[in-house]
Amino acid sequence: MKRPYVIIGLVWLLLALAPLVASDYVLHIGILVLMYAYLSQCWNIMSGYTGQFSFGHAAFFGTGAYASSVLLTKYGVSPWIGMWVGAVAAMLIGLFIGFLSFRFRLKGAYFALATLAVAEILRQIIQNSEFFNKTMGILIPLDPNPLMYQFESRIPYYYVIFIMATLLTLLVYKVSKSKLGFNMVAIRENEDAARSLGVDAYRTKMIAIGLSSALTALGGTFYAQYLLLIEPPLAFASNVSISILLPSIIGGAGTVLGPVIGAFVITPLGEITNVLFSSTPGVQFIVYGAILVLVILFLPEGIVGWVLKRMRLRRVQKGPETEQTTGKREKYAHLKR
Amino acid sequence: MGLLMQSLVDGILIGGIYGLIGIGLTLIFGVMKIINFAQGALMMLGMYVTYWLFTLLGMNPYLSLPFSAIALFLLGALIQRGVMERVLDAPEHNQLLVTMGLMLILENAALVLFSPDFRTVKVESLSGVLALGNIHFEKTKVIAFAFALLLTFFLYWFLQNTYLGKAIRAVAIDRDGAALSGIQVRRVNMITFGIGAALAAVAGTLITPFLYITPTVGEVFILKAFVVVVLGGLGNFFGALVGGLIIGVSESLTSVYVPGNYKELATFLIFILVLLFRPTGLFGRKER
Repeated sequence: MKRPYVIIGLVWLLLALAPLVASDYVLHIGILVLMYAYLSQCWNIMSGYTGQFSFGHAAFFGTGAYASSVLLTKYGVSPWIGMWVGAVAAMLIGLFIGFLSFRFRLKGAYFALATLAVAEILRQIIQNSEFFNKTMGILIPLDPNPLMYQFESRIPYYYVIFIMATLLTLLVYKVSKSKLGFNMVAIRENEDAARSLGVDAYRTKMIAIGLSSALTALGGTFYAQYLLLIEPPLAFASNVSISILLPSIIGGAGTVLGPVIGAFVITPLGEITNVLFSSTPGVQFIVYGAILVLVILFLPEGIVGWVLKRMRLRRVQKGPETEQTTGKREKYAHLKR
Repeated sequence: MGLLMQSLVDGILIGGIYGLIGIGLTLIFGVMKIINFAQGALMMLGMYVTYWLFTLLGMNPYLSLPFSAIALFLLGALIQRGVMERVLDAPEHNQLLVTMGLMLILENAALVLFSPDFRTVKVESLSGVLALGNIHFEKTKVIAFAFALLLTFFLYWFLQNTYLGKAIRAVAIDRDGAALSGIQVRRVNMITFGIGAALAAVAGTLITPFLYITPTVGEVFILKAFVVVVLGGLGNFFGALVGGLIIGVSESLTSVYVPGNYKELATFLIFILVLLFRPTGLFGRKER
């Protein structure tokens, strides 16, 4: 039981030390992997654990990116502050979607479409607004200054997103063991049953979407500062939403490590196809689409979900082993008959 | 006044096409309870069939209708057989994700094969307008609207009066019951998805003479089609047509009376309003 934790700790340590040896390009991929792990983990809170599938997480991502970028370029506010403004704005948008949908217990497809529509609405607004530079997007002036969330090399960026992803994964772990987490899973599995047992489904879902949207916006700010550019398609396109949800689907939605492992699988793959087929830009998303279809057809619980299922199965087959459980087995042996 | 009438006419004409796309979506939903995200991508493929037949063989776009319809019918049936049939009993969000994956594959395959260039099909004899008083009717849009309406009524007749149509409706009402009465549910599913895809292709062919063609053109339409079918009630055949007309008119009114390029915004605001005020009435036949 302890062994997985040791392995996870070792991998974490390796990742923490990776920038010391990694080349610039590998570091770039590492940053992207961690960023999508982070973003997908945000998605995981609301969609994986609570079961409210969002197809429009780009809405929150883009809000964060645009909020901090506008505050920086127009008012000189440091993105370290701007990102919290973005988080609050995204949370308000998220809560608004939640208010619209959860009040009537919109489920499944309707909710997914509502989130998609909101992302599209935001894109339209930004594209038509002089204030947000229309379709030109916002170029962040080069000014390497750690206080302004801009660094000279990739290493600080790596550590920023590394810490963000680590903290978020720890948070998800904590939540998954808390009453809130149990409530979320209960709502996902059977909302009516959960409500009949006294779970405040509306409140729990609102917490999930609020948390998820605010945290996603922080990732949006990171992206804008890393790229030093944000424009409507980079922020709000449905491709962004897909890139955010894909790691969770591959790794296993509703598991703590699913989004992280999924990001380590899909992001390098996407980058490699991008490099191999740099002259034909569509290939990366053909691969994404094919993987999405294949995973759902053949591995619907994702990698982590599948491993957990196998482990559970083996435990059942082998039967309990430890002294403690053997004692229990004898104690309850009479119940088995 | 003339401006108002003109924008109403334009809205209704394009609304017929939205209705047609919506009907494909609602038909598939009615039978399989799956919202097909790839519907817009299928429409885009129909547009390309027309485009290539026009460019390579000089075929009149309207003559290519049967070709794009049959090609996409086959592709739709294939998709149903190969992919969708396996997720019929999967959770709803997984079904959505699968169709989304299909959309990604189709769209980006078109991007790789045909490049992101904007292409157009222009036929001299078909361009131009008919004038009625001071209101102008674009010929191509009138033809598209007439075809859309005709097809809608034909499909309705087909569903009401033919054996196959009745089988499709039976499966829509109760899959297991239909199977017990000897209906080949798998085959009906295949045909339904094929018809849905063919409807998308026909809509694509009909708009080709007045709209540019590009691999992502379907994305705009699929979102609109969702609003259309939600407005009309998912699974509701004529609701989709009415929804299409409403969206078409609201769009053309916004583009005339609201400055800036906000016509799509109006569509989504309607969507949000519908979610707000008539969310329960929208579910139509969703309950299984």
